[in-house]
Amino acid sequence: MKTKSLWRVLSLCAVALAGCQHAPLRGTGDLGLVIERANGCVTLVDTTARQAYGRVCGMGDLSHASAVFSRDGRYAYVFGRDGGLTKLDLLEARIERRVIQSGNAIGGAISQNGRIVVAQNYTPGGIKAFDADTLAPIAEVAAEYAPGQLSKVVGLADAPGQRFAYALFDAGEIWVSDFSNPAHPATQRFAAGRQPYDGLVTPDGRHYLAGLFGEDGVALLDLWRLGDGSRKILPQYGEHEEKRPVFKMPHLRGWALAGGKAYLPAIGRHEVMVVDTATWRELARIPVRGQPVFVMARPDGRQVWVNFALPDNGKIDVIDTLRGEVEHRLEPGRAILHLEFTPRGEEVWLSARDDGKVLIYDTARFARVGEMAVDSPSGIFFTSRAHRIGF
Amino acid sequence: MRRTVFALAGFLLPLLVTGAHAEEGASEPESTRQQALVHLVRQDCGACHGLRLTGGLGPPLTPASLEKWPPELLAATIVAGRPGTPMPPWRQFLTDTEAVWIARQLQQGFPE
Repeated sequence: MKTKSLWRVLSLCAVALAGCQHAPLRGTGDLGLVIERANGCVTLVDTTARQAYGRVCGMGDLSHASAVFSRDGRYAYVFGRDGGLTKLDLLEARIERRVIQSGNAIGGAISQNGRIVVAQNYTPGGIKAFDADTLAPIAEVAAEYAPGQLSKVVGLADAPGQRFAYALFDAGEIWVSDFSNPAHPATQRFAAGRQPYDGLVTPDGRHYLAGLFGEDGVALLDLWRLGDGSRKILPQYGEHEEKRPVFKMPHLRGWALAGGKAYLPAIGRHEVMVVDTATWRELARIPVRGQPVFVMARPDGRQVWVNFALPDNGKIDVIDTLRGEVEHRLEPGRAILHLEFTPRGEEVWLSARDDGKVLIYDTARFARVGEMAVDSPSGIFFTSRAHRIGF
Repeated sequence: MRRTVFALAGFLLPLLVTGAHAEEGASEPESTRQQALVHLVRQDCGACHGLRLTGGLGPPLTPASLEKWPPELLAATIVAGRPGTPMPPWRQFLTDTEAVWIARQLQQGFPE
């Protein structure tokens, strides 16, 4: 690999008649990538320049793909739907390594110390751990909840202590695997509730929450007190109410925590739930213009941005967390699939899939300050995720 | 597994009438509408079933996995959803005829 890079530099030198001009040194703190869900490519972006600076292809089926970052911020690990795991070099804009690790995957996470990358799989159900440098397999945990029965795994998130928490859709359980001894992970199981569809670890790394599809409520596990087991919170949230059909599962990963309150998508409802994170009781519900998919807090917590499932997926509602209501409504484009804030939140990037564009908005003025053409854009991931627990 | 299938068939049988009715018309959606339907299936059904329709949280929708079902039953599932699972009813987005067309396309290998 080293030789190959050197060869690249040398050939560049040969072309540059003026002598060997090194690309200027730069950091990666303002870089990121946009998944092009239809064609196996990612567009590499610079959030300072508000521009794309590269494109890397050859990553297979990237529908529902996600990415995590090495802690030095140089590499992205892209998890494809077809089980592909690709390590991308953001500075050289190329694939560093790539493995096919399963038949059908749904994202992944990176360990606290940055040394282990873990993929979560639908088929065969379970998680697999890889060396973050080489992508060599280290260990796997099959989600075999009963003899011969493997569950789809959802909601995988990193937690302090080289642990990973995840939920078993078919088993209704939360599992926590400790990779302190990477080759021999130790797994604990907790009953969660029917059909957990996604999960998250709170920004302080203490709690794991799994949203339940098959029943009302959210499963909560205190990772500091595993002995207490998982308990159900917000059991009342759908009581005696008819749910609307859910055309897209909400995502919890980008969840919003601001000012001691958590903002969660209410499944099957046109509401965002506000939860007190001290008591885990519901405080309020904020009416919004559709079924929330992502409910994401601006990094300072003053705003929460919400996008929606079909047929309202061209809309964005912005909640003012001080007033507890929607303060601004946007219709930025067609099929807004994802949003990502710049590291300190002065701007937000939106994927408008059916417009083939990524749109950049100033979050104070709600004004569009940039856009770029990207083929069928979906997930947007910035390197600032490298240093956040649970991302 | 088989039991689930029978339960499903039992639930959906009444809906087959709708499917049969749709078939009487038997007209294919016009081509721009077909494109829109292909887009809907690839992109939005694909959110759960995979853009390649090879499965995800939802089961695969490949010809091999669907061959044993009559298209009208599949169409009824599309239109009415599957209670107890995350599969929602899509009737607000398409007609019965269009659902049958989608089911047939899925069984033949869905267009890109």
